[in-house]
Amino acid sequence: MSNMINLTIDGIETQVPAGSTILQAAEQVGVHIPTLCYLDLHEIGIENKPASCRVCVVEVVGRRNLAPACATPVAEGMVVRTNTPKVIDSRKMVVELMLSDHPKDCLTCPKSGQCELQTLAESLGVRKIRVTGDSMSTYALDESSPSIIRDRDKCIMCRRCETMCNQVQTVGALTAVDRGFGAVVSTAFDLPINETVCTMCGQCIQVCPVGALTEKSNLDEVIEALGDPDKTVIVNTAPAVRAALGEEFGIEPGYSVTGEMAAALRRVGFDYVFDTDFAADLTIMEEAQELVDRLNKFLKGEPVAMPMITSCCPAWINFLETQFPDMQELPSSAKSPMEMFGAMAKSYFAQKKGIDPEDLVVVSVMPCTAKKFEAKRDEMNSNGTSRNDIDISITTRELAQLIKQMNIDLLELEEEDFDDPLGESTGAGVIFGKTGGVMEAALRTGYEWITGQELGDVEFEDVRSTEYGMKVAHVQIGDVTLNVAVASGLGNARAIMEEIKAGNPNQLHFIEIMACPGGCVNGGGQPYHFGDLSIIQDRQAALLEEDENKTIRKSHENPSIKKIYEEFLGKPGSHVAHEYLHTPAHVYREKI
Amino acid sequence: MAEYKFHILVCGGTGCLSSNSHEIADGLKDAIKAAGMEEEVKVLQTGCFGFCEKGPIVKVLPDNTFYTQVKPEDVNEIVSEHIVKGRKVNRLLYVDPENEKHISDAKHMDFYKKQMRIALRNCGFIDPENIDEYIGRDGYQALAKCLTEMTPEQVIEEVKKSGLRGRGGAGFPTGLKWQFAHGYQADQKYVVCNADEGDPGAFMDRSILEGDPNSIIEAMAICGYAIGASQGRVYIRAEYPLAIQRLEIAIAQAREYGLLGDNILGTDFSFDIQLCFGAGAFVCGEETALIHSMEGQRGEPTIKPPFPAENGFWNKPTNVNNVETFANIPVIFLKGADWFSSIGTEKSKGTKVFALAGKINNVGLIEVPMGTTLREVIYDIGGGIKNGKKFKAVQTGGPSGGCLTEKDLDTPIDFDNLVAKGSMMGSGGMIVMDEDDCMPSVARFYMEFIEEESCGKCTPCRIGTKRLSELLKDITGGKGTMEHIAELKRVSQVIRDTALCGLGQTAPNPVLSTLAHFEDEYIAHVKDHTCPAGKCTALLKFKINPEACKGCTLCARKCPVGAISGEVRKPHTIDQAKCIKCGACMDNCKFGAITKN
Repeated sequence: MSNMINLTIDGIETQVPAGSTILQAAEQVGVHIPTLCYLDLHEIGIENKPASCRVCVVEVVGRRNLAPACATPVAEGMVVRTNTPKVIDSRKMVVELMLSDHPKDCLTCPKSGQCELQTLAESLGVRKIRVTGDSMSTYALDESSPSIIRDRDKCIMCRRCETMCNQVQTVGALTAVDRGFGAVVSTAFDLPINETVCTMCGQCIQVCPVGALTEKSNLDEVIEALGDPDKTVIVNTAPAVRAALGEEFGIEPGYSVTGEMAAALRRVGFDYVFDTDFAADLTIMEEAQELVDRLNKFLKGEPVAMPMITSCCPAWINFLETQFPDMQELPSSAKSPMEMFGAMAKSYFAQKKGIDPEDLVVVSVMPCTAKKFEAKRDEMNSNGTSRNDIDISITTRELAQLIKQMNIDLLELEEEDFDDPLGESTGAGVIFGKTGGVMEAALRTGYEWITGQELGDVEFEDVRSTEYGMKVAHVQIGDVTLNVAVASGLGNARAIMEEIKAGNPNQLHFIEIMACPGGCVNGGGQPYHFGDLSIIQDRQAALLEEDENKTIRKSHENPSIKKIYEEFLGKPGSHVAHEYLHTPAHVYREKI
Repeated sequence: MAEYKFHILVCGGTGCLSSNSHEIADGLKDAIKAAGMEEEVKVLQTGCFGFCEKGPIVKVLPDNTFYTQVKPEDVNEIVSEHIVKGRKVNRLLYVDPENEKHISDAKHMDFYKKQMRIALRNCGFIDPENIDEYIGRDGYQALAKCLTEMTPEQVIEEVKKSGLRGRGGAGFPTGLKWQFAHGYQADQKYVVCNADEGDPGAFMDRSILEGDPNSIIEAMAICGYAIGASQGRVYIRAEYPLAIQRLEIAIAQAREYGLLGDNILGTDFSFDIQLCFGAGAFVCGEETALIHSMEGQRGEPTIKPPFPAENGFWNKPTNVNNVETFANIPVIFLKGADWFSSIGTEKSKGTKVFALAGKINNVGLIEVPMGTTLREVIYDIGGGIKNGKKFKAVQTGGPSGGCLTEKDLDTPIDFDNLVAKGSMMGSGGMIVMDEDDCMPSVARFYMEFIEEESCGKCTPCRIGTKRLSELLKDITGGKGTMEHIAELKRVSQVIRDTALCGLGQTAPNPVLSTLAHFEDEYIAHVKDHTCPAGKCTALLKFKINPEACKGCTLCARKCPVGAISGEVRKPHTIDQAKCIKCGACMDNCKFGAITKN
């Protein structure tokens, strides 16, 4: 074929399509060239290919210098050598140069054991840094954000975070600044990250190969609370956590460890182990009610903000507030499941158990870094206590750390159930953790409420098929055609918002937006995927499987939900529900 | 020009302007007015004459009198003596250093004799702010010829035939570059003039833009016609305000004359030019970095391919040429590719402009045919080494170039010869060093420049150049070891092999080339702890020769740190531990008793 290129790599003759890179050709023949800055997010059509780390350099016969395999296209008759002494020594020296300007605190670095630079140095057999030099980068640690810590001393200028922040998320908080030895990825004007447009989605953390971007850990606060005899400490775990936690313990992606996780949390010492999935069902009750109300008004031609957009993703809300401040009337006023959980825990649950809410510590385990920020928002205190409804929010990674610290072997535990009354959930709650899930859950309930008829097939395939992009679907509900859209990734969120700004040509009524590509399963607090998005699909599949295996798959059929409305909230959208489960009308809020 | 009896040309280049040439021009105008000769004498400010060493320059036409080092207070004498009475002001004429005779006409000066001015043809001849003067010297005729008599393919063919190679540094064949850009189809293409001249001490491009901006406009339009672009951009550093001002005037005048804009000279060809200002980053001279900077992105290079010819400014096919390259273009069409290619060497045609600087008598801007030897440039044109010192090396190619020594002096200058000798043409900086220059210090100077100017994108350049700089700092600071020299070589080699762009790949050249020629000097620094050139203060030792010391105590009194002791009328001694090597003792000793090494 004319569009195939013949070349030789380490003596192996091969044929690859024109336009392939040396790296791709080498992979094909089983030659593994190490890379560092390179990131191939082919699932979302984005590559980070600055060719800047120079780790993947190879010899190309006839070329005067070494070629970066990641960015050099193959050419007919090319002869490539990936392991000559010159290549190995240059590669090693490049890594040594990097290490010469990198803190040597590996033992205590939050990335220890999962650091790609560490792995690379190890695999190249770097045992000595031949050129050390006098200067090291010295920047102040940026701990301004409740979610993200920036340690610029560790930045190796791979620019992966920039690609995530600017190209995938279109947020624009991170950029390379300064030049020469002083060049580093930072913020505009070197502002503390909390004073920028950062949404705290944590996608930068997901791809940072070193410890330059990590989450702010709140584990110490959890351990302190657990040790306080005067406190009742309860925990709730988000849907996406169970689909990824096992990875931290060495199991293949795609297996939920729900029961083991509940057991582990009890052994860690939580007094009650609850499920955010329950609160997700609650969210659906409120959000579906709001949708029905807003839709009715809209169909009657009454003034109402449309389309309605989901509000459960805190990074998306941050994005909206900073990028589209004049469109804040569009999202649902319903709080996120985590915040609804906190609100119910410190009211309904505390009353039921006779606990003073001041003595109740509510911990949430989230796949998310932005949740740490959400937990600290001023309006997230519905009980008038001295602390917010959620006391501490930790990530999936922190939970794994906690379990390990507590000498618990997660995989050896017998599965256990969540506690009542905030532990029972439906399949609708489970799929909140993946893109399209909130939409589908809302449709399952909304359909029955609008038509008054039972929904036969609960699986809305049209809404589901989206993975990393943006999807528009038309759902027939009785005599109403509901135009819906699902978007994950803030770049797609931006596209939808621009579309709405331009007059909403698709006549959308209801939109689900998740800040992270693929939804919460790919949250900034999940086990690092380092650019391998196939892991995300495995986690999504795990959640869908859990939904399928549930006997109850519609939020409004959850017995515990019915009970909480009977005993405490009244009806969805009631005054009490609004008091606890909704935020005041969205107004631009300063970051904490 | 015929209506005036005299034209007085005052150099308006940046160097002469900073020596008050503006005041000189105004003074001349006032004096002419006072003499009532406004109708007979025209005073104008031109671009750079090149002989900056002797600036400010004032030239009187038609007799070609070349006055040097003119001061504002000289203007009345020039007018009353030369213009009114026809007597040249002898004391302002150039004095031949050989025979001490006054030379009145520049063409008889050694500085100009071996020069051949193509790119600089109009600099110092015309008023750069008046397009008529450019047109008066055949300006825009080349464009007219291209548009009316030639197809774009023929234009490209002619440039290819001329053998012109890019003057920005790498020497890529210009015609071929145009052909690539021509070959890509697009709704919009761009011609970009790279005026981001950043080498320390280099001012070729600036002088052309200040002295003959229309030649660039004309060449860009020709290039636009050849490659099919209707838009041009000049990326110029904001630190060149005069060049920007003159370029803006020239563009406005060209638009007014219909030489830019829609349907140029009544043809279907439309072309216009905008200026983009750079913030002065050295790396933005690299064409991909330049394009990113123009787009408002961070000025850093990206890997090629894709080349700008395919995917450049706003992802459109873009042809980037340097100012001097463009300045050659109109002449190629006026005099023919054959004429152009008859000048120079086999593989490097035409001339090259150099900025002569350093320890040389005639600092300035020169243009010589390719193939001229370094010796001719340094000794014949440059007038040899200052103060009769011994020549040590010449640094060509700017910061990422290299040093050449005595044995290379008879090398004919062209792209390939300089590379073969371990240096490069670069954009044409030429810095001459004498016996007092310490080569590790020279390397350190350049490495510090490169280290600061690295964009910081790729690892070897960002960190490697820093480490080279630190190694050199140690060596020149008396803390070096033989291991430092080995590291210098090792790191240099890796940077050369692995850096992303041309800047990075050539960044170690100052180290490698000084090591190649002066390794013994490095070794002297680390092994003997001496600086043979006596430059590195940390390695200096001041000593008092007891034979010559009269015990006058002056040195002890002058020493700011009390390092010198001794009894009156008895030889003094220096406490080396206290000495800060300021040299005050040596400067003040009346008996030459203090030496340093």
